[in-house]
Amino acid sequence: MIDVVMPQMGESIVEGTLTKWLKKAGDRVERDEPLFEISTDKVDTEIPSPAAGTLQEVLVEEGKTVGINTVVGRIADGAGAASAPAPAAAQAAPPQAAPPPTQAPVAPSPVATVVEETAGPLSPLVRKMARENNIDLAQIKGTGIGGRITKLDLDNYLAQRSTPAPPAPAPAPLPPPVAVAPPPPPPPPQPQVPAVQAQVNVPPPPPPPPTAMTYGEIPSTRVEPMSMMRQKIAEHMVFSKRTSAHVTTVHKVDMTRIAKLRDKVKGQFQAQYGFGLTFLPFVLRATITALRQYPILNASIDGTNIIYHRDINLGIAVALENGLIVPVIRNADEKNVVGLQRSVVDLAARARSRQLRPDEVQAGTFSITNFGSFGSVFATPVINQPQVAILGVGSVDKEPVVVDDAIAIRSMCYLALTFDHRLVDGALADQFTGKVKAVLQEWAEEIL
Amino acid sequence: MFEVAVAEAAAERGGSPTCQVRDLGRMRYAEAFDLQRQLVEQRKRREIADQLLFVEHPHVVTMGRNGHDDNVLASPEVLDRAGIEFHRTDRGGDVTYHGPGQIVGYPIFDLREWKRDVVAYVRAIEQVLIDALGEFGIESGRVDGATGVWTDAGKIAAIGVHISRWVTSHGFALNVDTDLNYFRYIVPCGLTQPVTSMRALGSAATRNQVISAIERSFGRVFRCQVLHSHMENL
Repeated sequence: MIDVVMPQMGESIVEGTLTKWLKKAGDRVERDEPLFEISTDKVDTEIPSPAAGTLQEVLVEEGKTVGINTVVGRIADGAGAASAPAPAAAQAAPPQAAPPPTQAPVAPSPVATVVEETAGPLSPLVRKMARENNIDLAQIKGTGIGGRITKLDLDNYLAQRSTPAPPAPAPAPLPPPVAVAPPPPPPPPQPQVPAVQAQVNVPPPPPPPPTAMTYGEIPSTRVEPMSMMRQKIAEHMVFSKRTSAHVTTVHKVDMTRIAKLRDKVKGQFQAQYGFGLTFLPFVLRATITALRQYPILNASIDGTNIIYHRDINLGIAVALENGLIVPVIRNADEKNVVGLQRSVVDLAARARSRQLRPDEVQAGTFSITNFGSFGSVFATPVINQPQVAILGVGSVDKEPVVVDDAIAIRSMCYLALTFDHRLVDGALADQFTGKVKAVLQEWAEEIL
Repeated sequence: MFEVAVAEAAAERGGSPTCQVRDLGRMRYAEAFDLQRQLVEQRKRREIADQLLFVEHPHVVTMGRNGHDDNVLASPEVLDRAGIEFHRTDRGGDVTYHGPGQIVGYPIFDLREWKRDVVAYVRAIEQVLIDALGEFGIESGRVDGATGVWTDAGKIAAIGVHISRWVTSHGFALNVDTDLNYFRYIVPCGLTQPVTSMRALGSAATRNQVISAIERSFGRVFRCQVLHSHMENL
C-alpha cells in the first residue's frame, strides 16, 4: 500500500484543504494522473497520483483541512498484492511511459514528501520565545498566514498555561471505573491529600493538552467552508457591532385597532390585489411618519458629520435559505399601506428567487426586521450599516391587559428599536418609538 | 520552435529566464481558457518558455471550484438578460466578474523554475500589481487573509490561480476603468467590501500604459526577461 499525503505547496504552508477527489475509492489510477485537488489561499492545485494502482482508501473527506503530510488516502499497487508498506511513495511504481527526454528524472510532482514535525517556518522571535519559555510548538495551533505560529499565539498559549487549570479534569492517573465496588480502602493515616496533588512529586506531569482544538480532526464533526454570502454576513455583523454603540429600547404596542381593521378588510384586500394583508405595512407606515418627525433616525454618520437623507428608503430584512438580504423600498414615504404591502411581497419573493436588481439592495436609510413572523416576541437586532437604527417587530399576540382598571384581551406587540447611541440618545429613541406606537394605536388611515 | 529558440538565446546571453508576453486583446472567456490549457500542456512539456497573457473579457461571471451558487446574487436568466456570460472554472477562489476596462493577466509559469511555493507565488503576483499601481501614484497593499490587492477605497485587483504539476494558470484581474456596477451581480450589496478601479481613484491611465507597467514590474519581481510576441507565433 502506498500512502498518499497532503503535499506541502510552499515553505510557509502548513495545511491544505482537500477540495475534491478526482477518483473514488476502488478506482484505477495511473501514476501522475490527477488524483485530488487542494486549495490554499486562492490557489487550487491538482495533485497527481504518486503511483499506479487502485485507490484503496479515502481517509480525508472533501472539504477537510489537514496538516501537510497527513495521509489522505492509500493506493494499492497495480498487482493488487498488499505487500509491505512502500518505503517512499513516489518510487513504488514504475513510470507508465518513458518521461520526455528534457525532463529531469526525479518526479516533479509534489506528492511524496518526507514527514516532518515542524509547524512551518518560524520567525526568530517565535523561536526565541519558544526556547525561553520551554514551549513545545507542536502543541500550538498557528493562526498566522498559512497556519503559521505567531507571537500572539505564543502569548495566548502562555496566558492559558499560567492560569491554573480547574481541578475537574484531572489528568491521567485516575483509577479506571470498576463495576463492582472495591473493598473500602484502609482509612488514611493522614488527613486526606487529594489524589492529584499526591502525584505531583512523582513523575513530571504530562504537558497540558493543547487548548486550541482543531475541529477538523475530531471524527464527530464536519468542516465546511462558509459560502461567500455567509462570510459577508459575518463580516458585516461584526463590523456593525464594532462601529455602532448598539442600544435597544422596547415598547409595548396595542395592535387591537389594527387587528380589527385588518380582519375587516383582509378578504376584500386579497381579492382586490391578489396578495394578503399583514401587520407589517402598518408598522412601515407608522415608522415613516415617525422618521419624518425625527429625521435623525433616518441619518448616517460619516466621520464627525451627520448625513441627513431626504429620501426615506426602508430596508426590509428577508430571510433566505442560507442567509439574509435587505432589499430596499425606495421613497417608501410615497406609498400607502397597499403600496407598501405590494413592495414587501414583491421584494421578498424576488430576494428568495434571486431576481433582485443590484439597485434594489442599496441606499437604504433605515431598516425593519420582522422577526415576529418567526414567532419571536422581541429581539435586539443589529444595525444595518451605515444606518443608525433598525426596528424589530415582534409577534402580535392576544394577551390579558389592564385597560381602565379592568382586564381586557388585547392584541399586543413589542417593537424593539436598536439605535446607535453615538448619534441618537435614549430619550429621542423613545420619542421616536413612542411616535410609531401612537400612530399604530390611533390608526386613522383608510386601507381600501 | 520559435519560443524555445528565444529562451535559449536569452539563456546564452547569460540573462535571466524569459517570459513571453502576449496581449490577446478582447477575447471571450472560453476561448482564452482553451488557449491557457493548451499553453499549460506545452509548458509542462517544456516546449515553451513562461508565458504572460493579457486579455480583456466581455462581461462574464466566473465561479471557482470552491465557489458557492448563493454568491451569485442574480439568477442565470438575469445575468443572461444583462448580457453577462456565466462560467464555472477550475481556479481557486470564489465568484468573480470580468469585463471591459479590466486587465486580466494569465501567467503560465512553471514554478519549478522559480519557487515551489504557491503562497509565495500569489504574494509575488500581488507585489507585481502593487508596484505597477505605484507607477500611477496609487497606493495599494495586502489585507491579511484576503488575497488580492487593496486600496483604501476597496479591492482593486482579484487573484485566483490553478496549478497543475507546478504550472500555473488563471491569474489576476485589475480594474482599470471597469464599470463597477457589474460587481453588484455577484455579491449581495450592503454585505460586501467595496470594489474600486484605477479610474475611480482618479487615474486616467490607459490599458496599454498599465500593461507596460505590469510587464516591467513582472520582470523585476520574477527576475525574468519580458519578451513580446504576437498571436501569429502561436
